[in-house]
Amino acid sequence: MPRNRVLFILVLVGLAAALGLAFLTAAPNRLVSGRPIAMVETLQAARWLIAVPGLVLAVAAFRTPRPAVCTVAALAAAALLVALPWLAGAQAAFLAEQASPAARTSLGGAFWTIEICAALALRDALDRLGLRAPGKLSALVVVLGALSWLALSGRLDALAITREFLTREDAFGAAARRHVLLVGAALLPTLLLGFPLGILAHRQPRLAPGIFTTLNLIQTIPAIALFGLLIAPLSGLAALFPALARLGVAGIGVTPALIALTFYSLLPLARNTAEGLASVPAAITEAASGLGMRPRQIFWRVEFPLALPVFLAGLRIATVQAVGLAAVAALIGAGGFGAIMFQGLFADALDLVLLGALPVIALGIVADAFFRLAAARFAKSPA
Amino acid sequence: MIELDRVSKRIGEAVIVDEVSLGIAEGELCVLIGSSGAGKSTVLKMINRLIPLSAGSIRFAGTDVTHIPPEDLRRRMGYVIQSIGLFPHWTIARNIGTVPELLGWPAARIGARVDELLSLLKLDPASFRGKYPHQLSIGQQQRVGVARALAADPDVLLMDEPFGALDPLVREELQDEILRLHRDSHKTILFVTHDMDEALKLATRIALMDRGRLVQAGTPAELLAAPATPFVRDFVGGRDRGIKLLLVERVTQHMRAGTDREGEPIAADATLHQALSQMVSQGVDRLAVVDGEGRVIGTLHLADIVRR
Amino acid sequence: MKNRSRAWRDPLLWSIAVFVLAVALMPAAKPLFAALFPSLERPLYEQDSFAALALSHLLLVGASSAAAGIIGIAAGIFVTRPAGAEFRDIVETLIAIGQCIPPVAVLAIAVPLIGFGGEPAFIALALYGLLPIVHGTIAGLGTVPAAVAEAARGTGLSPGGILWRVELPLALPVIVGGLRTATIINVGTAAIASTVGAPTLGSPIIIGLNGNNVAYVIQGAILAGLMAIALDLAFGRVIALTQRWKTA
Repeated sequence: MPRNRVLFILVLVGLAAALGLAFLTAAPNRLVSGRPIAMVETLQAARWLIAVPGLVLAVAAFRTPRPAVCTVAALAAAALLVALPWLAGAQAAFLAEQASPAARTSLGGAFWTIEICAALALRDALDRLGLRAPGKLSALVVVLGALSWLALSGRLDALAITREFLTREDAFGAAARRHVLLVGAALLPTLLLGFPLGILAHRQPRLAPGIFTTLNLIQTIPAIALFGLLIAPLSGLAALFPALARLGVAGIGVTPALIALTFYSLLPLARNTAEGLASVPAAITEAASGLGMRPRQIFWRVEFPLALPVFLAGLRIATVQAVGLAAVAALIGAGGFGAIMFQGLFADALDLVLLGALPVIALGIVADAFFRLAAARFAKSPA
Repeated sequence: MIELDRVSKRIGEAVIVDEVSLGIAEGELCVLIGSSGAGKSTVLKMINRLIPLSAGSIRFAGTDVTHIPPEDLRRRMGYVIQSIGLFPHWTIARNIGTVPELLGWPAARIGARVDELLSLLKLDPASFRGKYPHQLSIGQQQRVGVARALAADPDVLLMDEPFGALDPLVREELQDEILRLHRDSHKTILFVTHDMDEALKLATRIALMDRGRLVQAGTPAELLAAPATPFVRDFVGGRDRGIKLLLVERVTQHMRAGTDREGEPIAADATLHQALSQMVSQGVDRLAVVDGEGRVIGTLHLADIVRR
Repeated sequence: MKNRSRAWRDPLLWSIAVFVLAVALMPAAKPLFAALFPSLERPLYEQDSFAALALSHLLLVGASSAAAGIIGIAAGIFVTRPAGAEFRDIVETLIAIGQCIPPVAVLAIAVPLIGFGGEPAFIALALYGLLPIVHGTIAGLGTVPAAVAEAARGTGLSPGGILWRVELPLALPVIVGGLRTATIINVGTAAIASTVGAPTLGSPIIIGLNGNNVAYVIQGAILAGLMAIALDLAFGRVIALTQRWKTA
């Protein structure tokens, strides 16, 4: 009987994927669907060694998850995480030698499934070892470092996704800058509007239902609809006031995207600000007042620091949401990674879609992790 | 009714309950007492199989409890806990009717039983039946908790520090309720507490535990008069042992025939504690003893209280 | 008498009424749009009827939310039982990472794999809807006070009985909250799904954006927005119903 049922399931899924799904797909050009290449096809000579970490994980699933076993499992999972892209890259390079320049070799379902299973297995092993944030972060950095080395050393160049990247490096860079700009630029108005709204809702409970109902209303409207509704008024404004048009205000593009992103970020920010302030025990503010602090001092020195973790959680939700919405904004011409993603969508090119989607996901994960760490750092235990 | 035979509970290296053997006879109000961590709640929860045994056996009405399906076992026992645990989304009536519903009683019978129990616990059925737990005070909630435990007329009532969360006045009221209930129904009750005065007030039998072991079991008077170890002596009363003995003995046990008396008479079933208190406040050293109808049946002298 | 007057002021009924009216009357507003945007050749979206689009939008969202609901609630229950506790960490990790993935990305990835049309949209919506539903189920079951669960066990309810009669009813408000979140997100994503060939109220918007027809965009946006608001209020009503005992 497997002792580590999580690992057991992951191994089973990985094995099923390795046998049943394509590891890579090779197509002579972009228009034709690729020929699936099973994983076994790629395993010649020394490459069979890649099965070793897999076997180790399978065995580990049947052992009691003691620290030694978990460490071995973690190492095996990490090895698999790095070895698999290496194998894919090597095979793609091999195929590229024999094919025309238009041929593309894409990563297949087996690759992604096994990679995700390996990542989850690593997470499971690290959890069972009892590692906390610093330990897990180090492990993540090591794995990412190895993967980056793989990418930078050119070993992954033959893969279709890398080819797509290399053929539009500049556009990718521009998209990256635009996407980060969109999210970052929306942050300032969000804070300027959302933070005071949250404080107001907290200080004047009578106004709170009205504020939150309105913000909730905005939140409910589908993104594309809000973008669409902003086009007419904004183009009208730009037509009426040429000065605005010269500044770059237009019906489509960055302007409606920024406005909509700000609107959507208001609810999580205002709500969490209010909740964070409400979580400060009345006894503490009373004490501060009794000691002679002025209201503004009480707010900035006592209330806000204590409300900070919840506030940062709101900022986290708003930012991650904004990263995703900025991708949708590509549909109204705002640029960013969404543009690459939709380009791939309309061309039915999965690799191009992934070239746009993966950075968005990564950006979201980075923003999420950043704010979680920030909130954890500021969380104080009750005095 | 319940027999524990060398019952033990271990978690890892820690021994929570250490070879406890105890017999609880039918109709007893047995109080399981000890300081925090003594293992008394664990023993209770092993009886209704909320916690599995590590070693030993427990027999309920002659059958080993592990041979009875746990849910059936629990439906034959009433269970009252300190945090009450009424189902917040059900009315009081539905809460009380939980086990009868599980047992498939017809609705009319359940309704009648609910009203009967509400009256028994001094809650007006008409006004409480349709309310929700959050509308009741904590004392009322625990009365409902007791009613729920009694609904299917179980053979045994298990109570785990049921009055710990109540304020002293309410606690005293509910203790009197339990005493009255026990006196009228002769139900077997196993009552866990860490409050010695509560134990002395309620128990027909006390089982004192310390760090997992059963140190002494006996009537309150036995524990007071003949403590088996210094721990028992100190836990049960310490320097107040003498006063506490007065709590458990009745006037009838020490009165003599005769007609000397001074001041107000004392009831025959009063405790010596109450008698002494009355003597002190009236400044007399002998009282007439009267029965339920007010007839004088003897005298109680101060000397008889002290020289026992 | 009291019920009748309250119905007049009920925001839910109003929002449903406004939405239905807007769908029905939008074609009649053609002269209005023609006047507002004289430069447009076609001021009204006429390729499909708005009613048909609204219906297919609702169907897509409804089906995907239902599928996600069944799987998600089951998964949430499993992970909070002793048998499934081992899997809880991994499930919560997947949820945390999943929430960093924009729904539109799931859609964009599904299409090259599955093709165009309603199927990839359904799968993408169902997959993405799992996240808030599982999260809501886990959180909802976590709100059941320990004392209540212990009392339920001690009373003699079977584990299934406790789940069905005590835990789920008490967890229901938060679980439905998760369903609500999933559904509202799906309404937005389904609007974008018209880019992959699934007919929804987003179709006028997307076609309008591609063809520089602002009137189309506004028509689609208004209807999509009204539908989302009505759905949100409906869910709010359901959640309130599951908590009636609290306000007794």
